[in-house]
Amino acid sequence: MTPPPVPGRPPVARGRSVVSRAVERLIEVLIRACGFSAIFFVFAILVFVVGSGAEFIVHRLSIPQFLFSTEWVPTSLGEKRYGTLALIIGTVSVTSLAMAIAVPFGLGAAVFVSEFTTGRRKEILKVVIELLAAIPSVVWGFIGLVLINPLIIAVFHAPIGLNVLNGGIILGLMSVPIIVSIGEDALKAVPDSYREASLAMGASRWQTVTKVLIPAARNGLLAAVLLGVARAIGETIAVLMATGHAVQIPHSPLDSVRTLTATIAAELGESARGSDHYQALFAIGVLLFLLTFAVNLTADLMVRGRKGNQ
Amino acid sequence: MTAPDQTPSPFASTPTTLAGRRRENVARAVLAILTALLVIPLVAILGLLVINGAPALTLDFLFQSPSAGMTAGGIFPAIVGTLWLVGVSLLIAAPIGILAAIYLNEYARESWMTRIIHLAIVNLAGVPSIVHALFGVGAFVLFLGFGTSILSASLTLAVMTLPVIIASTKEALASVPMSFREACWVLGASRWQTIRYVVLPNSIQGILTGVILQVSRAAGETAPIMFTGAAFYLPFLPRSVYDQCMALSMHLFTLSTQVPNVPKAMPYATALVLLGLVMAVNLSSIVLRSYLRSRRKW
Repeated sequence: MTPPPVPGRPPVARGRSVVSRAVERLIEVLIRACGFSAIFFVFAILVFVVGSGAEFIVHRLSIPQFLFSTEWVPTSLGEKRYGTLALIIGTVSVTSLAMAIAVPFGLGAAVFVSEFTTGRRKEILKVVIELLAAIPSVVWGFIGLVLINPLIIAVFHAPIGLNVLNGGIILGLMSVPIIVSIGEDALKAVPDSYREASLAMGASRWQTVTKVLIPAARNGLLAAVLLGVARAIGETIAVLMATGHAVQIPHSPLDSVRTLTATIAAELGESARGSDHYQALFAIGVLLFLLTFAVNLTADLMVRGRKGNQ
Repeated sequence: MTAPDQTPSPFASTPTTLAGRRRENVARAVLAILTALLVIPLVAILGLLVINGAPALTLDFLFQSPSAGMTAGGIFPAIVGTLWLVGVSLLIAAPIGILAAIYLNEYARESWMTRIIHLAIVNLAGVPSIVHALFGVGAFVLFLGFGTSILSASLTLAVMTLPVIIASTKEALASVPMSFREACWVLGASRWQTIRYVVLPNSIQGILTGVILQVSRAAGETAPIMFTGAAFYLPFLPRSVYDQCMALSMHLFTLSTQVPNVPKAMPYATALVLLGLVMAVNLSSIVLRSYLRSRRKW
């Protein structure tokens, strides 16, 4: 039994040994240190990815060539060229097609799940979306190889089904769950009083959605789409398997392409450590990092902006 | 007194409201179809893998090493390797992530610093997996000298899963009502004692749910482990974290793109095992979550 605290003294100090308080101080230091781990790792990623390619980027890489040349010839015996424009366009084309698929499905499903379902059906739909999100990217890539590839060949009589269309379909399906869940959050964040006011004015549910909820949740919905875009840009293994590995500017969705991410995954293993080629791949990594950083930052600012307004 | 049929009811349908209702029905139907269409790929993928993979899914397949240049035998080393990678990465990411969330939810005040931490978490979560791979190669394989090993690959996976563990843990901590903490402080407990004896016990299951979910993500990733520790073919089991290992995801990639003359069912069966593992983990997390929600006391 601990004695009752002496009046006039803080009870905190009683019954606690110096050791226990030292341990507590130590734990709190550890907690604080871990609190900054995210900042530490973001910087570490930047430092190591930039650092591993720095010597080449600073001394031998021509930035205009890197960004605006379509010739990616890192292993030629003659003049090697490190132009990523074809890869950038590869990424952009696959991502745009993916968004053309994912945005209507994702936002449509977000509105449906958030505004038109309740109870058990809502829970089931959310589980389905979650399971869709859980499918590993290598399994998506495999589906692209064995299911969508023959399907595209049969439907479009294309010589090969590993192309922009295949990658777009797969990335679209992979981005949908993100757009649905973030979009649903954005709709959920609109106060119920908005809905009630609109319905009380005699508006139908659909009118409420189009005239009240979507304008009110606009920033959050845009952020949802942007996060879907970031996912599509960053996806690696699935596009490596599904888009057919051709460094070229696509003229139709049935052309094969190669994305920025797939290039790193395909060539890092075969480039000699420290060579120009190896460092050029890290330069692509820097480009990808900056690209997704910008997209994610914009999305985050949009969500924050919405919260600030209300 | 007028008869009710002489003045129209103010709630009667007008052409305008009827048109509105029709439009609403069309819109609802279109949205329902869009949503229902999302179920199709999930069912199609599961069906395709089960139909083509199940016949090859024997005990021998699960418990033997690959043989004959990976065109025969099983996937046992890949299963064991995946368990190693997931286990070690979780041992690293879970403590750091949980402590970070405790800092953000229990210690830090709203300030520009927490704003920056939040931005870092968001961006860390958004870094492409192949950039994580580059980081893993630069930092763990080369700079820290761990070589291509389970340790390097797990560390890479840990950095990748960290932001999501932080976010889900923070949410679990935030769900503990403030009055619980206040009651504890009033009794003279310190901040850490409150966390240790009140906040954590009341949120531990929620924290676990989030951590479990990360198991499935780590198990499914391929790009981050490709160059940091996963081997194409390694017929024996790893003995320590400094060994390389095979992994299910990597094995599926190898079988379906790099190896000629693989029997058709083998990649399907591998994909089925990987997907089965990931789905089982996910479903258990979902079930745990809804169970917790139903018995929450506040």
